[in-house]
Amino acid sequence: MIRELVHNKVTLALHELKKGSGAPLLLLHGLGESSHLPHEPWSDWSGPIFGLDFTGHGASTVPKGGGYTCELLLGDVDVALAELGPVTVLGRGLGAYVGLMIAGIRPDLVRGAVLADGPGLAGGGEDMTSGTWFHPSDADGRAPDPYALFELSNDVRPADYATNFVHLLLAASELDAPLSIIAKNSPPWLTAIAKEPGVVSESSQAAFERFNS
Amino acid sequence: MVLTYPGARRPDTSWTVDSDGLSIAAYQWGEDDAPVLFAAHGGFDFAGTLDGLAARLADGGWRVISWDQRGHGDSEHAALYSWDADLRDAVRVLESVTSAPAPVVGHSKGGGLMMALGDVRPDRVSALINLDGLPSKRTVPDMPDRQRRRMMADEMSARLDYRRKSHDNVRRPGTIEELAQRRAKMNPRLDMDWLRYLVTVGAAESEDGWRWKLDPSMRFGGFGPYRPEWSLARLPGLRVPFMAVLGLEVEEMGWGTEPGDVEDWFPPNAEFHALSDVGHFVHIEKPDHIAGLILEFLQ
Repeated sequence: MIRELVHNKVTLALHELKKGSGAPLLLLHGLGESSHLPHEPWSDWSGPIFGLDFTGHGASTVPKGGGYTCELLLGDVDVALAELGPVTVLGRGLGAYVGLMIAGIRPDLVRGAVLADGPGLAGGGEDMTSGTWFHPSDADGRAPDPYALFELSNDVRPADYATNFVHLLLAASELDAPLSIIAKNSPPWLTAIAKEPGVVSESSQAAFERFNS
Repeated sequence: MVLTYPGARRPDTSWTVDSDGLSIAAYQWGEDDAPVLFAAHGGFDFAGTLDGLAARLADGGWRVISWDQRGHGDSEHAALYSWDADLRDAVRVLESVTSAPAPVVGHSKGGGLMMALGDVRPDRVSALINLDGLPSKRTVPDMPDRQRRRMMADEMSARLDYRRKSHDNVRRPGTIEELAQRRAKMNPRLDMDWLRYLVTVGAAESEDGWRWKLDPSMRFGGFGPYRPEWSLARLPGLRVPFMAVLGLEVEEMGWGTEPGDVEDWFPPNAEFHALSDVGHFVHIEKPDHIAGLILEFLQ
């Protein structure tokens, strides 16, 4: 079942991937992906599992003329939180970075966040990059939007910006370790937050058992 | 109804540019066969805020081209806004006029955009003029990390709250006087007659009053990891003639930048004017002086 959510001029697709009772799991997909039921152990989550298609992805609106930022996607997730209430976030790639941000800004609505490998994990590095020029010839309104694929693979993710979200989450969380890194890759922003208190690098199974309890 | 203001003149022609499906309103002051000069307005402004400067530059022999950035003025309200998107829209406007490099002038955000244009599309820029669009860190308060983080979180959560309901937002209607008074809070140094004039070129009148055309989903301020030095870092590598103007009177919409913050970043042979007793809107407070500087620089 798909719920349609309105985020400004975009209609977002929120997929109910699995029914269940209890605390929901919200999946945030990687760059260029769309929502799918996750592999084990996460498919055994005791509560309902939802997947949000970001703007320009899956069944969500593909806007005209690009203009993507991770902060825009943060707004996408916030609209889903307004619909769902408190959740645990499982983010892949790009969705891991956005999952970190939303956990820090809405700690009352994100019980914990699990950060996994996936497309768009690295972003555009830590510092200003060379200017880039991009004009896709294949932007035809279909997802994934080529603008999203380009712009969201180049966004700068400074380490100190990323660690801000860890501190904000930890200051408000009921958990000692509300952030879990199950990604095997470690771009600079992820390396930086891995050193912070409240962040645990662990196996997918261990994270599942901690957050599904 | 359009009021009049001494020295200000509406564009001679206007057209729309298709920027990947998004409609961008473009304008021209001056003759078709005059040399082209592109002019970019600042954030939350619109091309009509250049009515005074552009008219003077056109009278000085230039074909001045400007446009309403997406979400501003008569350009389409977009679903997404970003620096890169604004840059692409700008190039679409440039392409609608000429394929040759041309001088560009930008105020505030428009100045930053034109600096970025000079970096990513140097083939498009033959000279660059920045009007109080050089950012500095001065407006970032010095405070403990914890307090700074809390401020960031409060600002971001306020923005998210705003976005949750932004699809229902409409701009508040009012009389010409009321809209001018509202704008005066952000433009406290500008003449009220100028602000009244701006209402009649940048707002739309309906049965219940005037409303600014600016997309109501937009909100003032930054959102993200941007750092002022990233804009300045583009400057030393500029190959084209560069002129910068700073208004040294600190006000709400400006950066509070001082000469010492930026001079080290200038490319060789830059021309620099730091104007005391002038605020952020240098081209509106001193249109004759700024137009004179630009015309002389471009000679």
